[in-house]
Amino acid sequence: MGRKLLLEHINVPGINTLAVYREKGGYRAVEKALKTLTPEEIVEEVKKSGLRGRGGAGFPTGMKWSFLAKPEGVPRYLVCNADESEPGTFKDRYLMTHIPHALIEGMIVSSFALGANTSYIYVRGEMMPQIRILERAIEEAKAAGLLGKNILGSGYDLELYVQPGGGAYICGEETALLESLEGKRGNPRIKPPFPAIAGLYGCPTVVNNVESIAAVVPIINDGGDEYAKIGIGRSTGTKLISASGNLVKPGVYEIELGLPVEEFIYSDEYCGGIANGKRLKATVAGGSSVPVLPANLTLKLANGDPRLMSYESLSEGGFATGTMLGSGGFIAFDEDQCIVRNTWNFSRFYHHESCGQCSPCREGTGWMEKILHKIEHGHGTMEDIDLLWDVQRKIEGNTICPLGDAAAWPVASAIRHFRDEFEWHVKEPMKSQSTNYGLANYANPIEKAPEEVKSQN
Amino acid sequence: MLKVEETQPVEFSSALLAKFDEIVKRYPEGKQKSALLPLLHLVQAEFGWTSVPAMDKVAEYLNIQPIEVYEVASFYTMYFLQPKGKYVLEVCRTGPCCLVGAEKIMDHIEKKLGVKEGEVTEDGLFSWRGVECLAACGFGPVLQIGPEYTFYENLTEQSVDQLIEDLKNKDLRQ
Repeated sequence: MGRKLLLEHINVPGINTLAVYREKGGYRAVEKALKTLTPEEIVEEVKKSGLRGRGGAGFPTGMKWSFLAKPEGVPRYLVCNADESEPGTFKDRYLMTHIPHALIEGMIVSSFALGANTSYIYVRGEMMPQIRILERAIEEAKAAGLLGKNILGSGYDLELYVQPGGGAYICGEETALLESLEGKRGNPRIKPPFPAIAGLYGCPTVVNNVESIAAVVPIINDGGDEYAKIGIGRSTGTKLISASGNLVKPGVYEIELGLPVEEFIYSDEYCGGIANGKRLKATVAGGSSVPVLPANLTLKLANGDPRLMSYESLSEGGFATGTMLGSGGFIAFDEDQCIVRNTWNFSRFYHHESCGQCSPCREGTGWMEKILHKIEHGHGTMEDIDLLWDVQRKIEGNTICPLGDAAAWPVASAIRHFRDEFEWHVKEPMKSQSTNYGLANYANPIEKAPEEVKSQN
Repeated sequence: MLKVEETQPVEFSSALLAKFDEIVKRYPEGKQKSALLPLLHLVQAEFGWTSVPAMDKVAEYLNIQPIEVYEVASFYTMYFLQPKGKYVLEVCRTGPCCLVGAEKIMDHIEKKLGVKEGEVTEDGLFSWRGVECLAACGFGPVLQIGPEYTFYENLTEQSVDQLIEDLKNKDLRQ
């Protein structure tokens, strides 16, 4: 059994209440931080822990905190990004629903470390039930003297508010989120200046994902060094993985980073294998934005070694043979799924969610959706596949925010690894409307690479 | 079709205005525009949609220009700029839900309600539409119904039928 730091008490009845959460050791981190540590010491612990942003980018959290500007007389803000909208990702919703106090506790410790006296949790508007849960938890914490003026007699004041979004994927991008929190359209800002210098209301601001903030609690309780012992290499600690698609047991799992992908998919402790006795065709390992991989490259690296659930191992081989851990949204496709149809679905999503600010993304996502619709519905030509490749190349890297890249990568990887399936749709337009291409050779084992290739890695 | 006069003036109740006052307090002085998204949610929960007169009143309340409200309401997908049915069934139509049958569920709802996506049933009770990822991929197919945004997970054709029946009965009781 892997260690659980966030979900250890998830099945304890009443863990969503302050009383039970405290009984299970909750709010120890607030006591420790406010009574025995300085803000600088907390930042140092988080740096030592090696914690990397759990929202998708994987940027070291401690380093992000250390960039925060501290001009005299200017308020600083901590904003929690709970705008979870990446297809395949539902861990934050799960955590907030069941253990809201884990997030509140993390917010108190993190706000204290950053010197913020007002903090916001920006929750996507569709999560109204979670907003109500968080507001109730905040009231409980406030009544217990854990929020408000002079918390636990430490002299530190903090007000915590929940802000609903309005339904826009783009607001998961931190500067779009800040625009939205200021009551505007969610158009990402041009950086620099980064939020650490000029964020909410032009003041220094840190934006962190729900899971990152919740992870600060065990880091403070056990120390950064202890946290860093879990995991593998620069992928320290545990990670919440949202598992969906054609799995026996989809759901949210807390894993120690470094777990073999094969074990995650097939062991009974985690997903329990592919549903209905089917075989695995492909996976999207880190939310819809990361490259899709065929089954063989999901389970093994190009050199034949097992692939692990870690930032480094999942991206091993670059985009040629690898993918990314991203937000940990793990989607499994069985042999009956159509890669072209799914890529079209994802393209429609990005077209729908593009904010419209940058032409390559606004126009390109629409083109990709149209071309993929055409191929999927049996009207495509071979040139369309090349055109699609060309369009995605022209979006990637040419936009203000990463939504453009996120829209391009699934398309690029689908063509890279599944080009034969696209060509089959073109060559067999009628057949492709009633049957699927199937598993083809995507699950065939990878030949063990010769020693000289291995030693280069 | 449900008929609502677009120019019909709206009045905000004192209870609603009290909620507005409470929300505006969350932000620093002069930053009351931050309350715009939460206020529009409250308006929609009260009136079923965000009409132009309602948006104008929100602008007046927040001391901002009406266009600042329109541009926000039209950017975010949750605000209805047209009247909808009393219950809007919003079904997730994104990848992971489609892997487990979301498209079939949408076809079924369309047949069951007898209206196309975005339209309102004759009795004014129901609308439906496909929406993008609702962050419940492991429990798909899913749908949500505002203004509480209750989630219904692991949908089957039978559970959707039951849900629609329950909502009809609930409405008769009210």
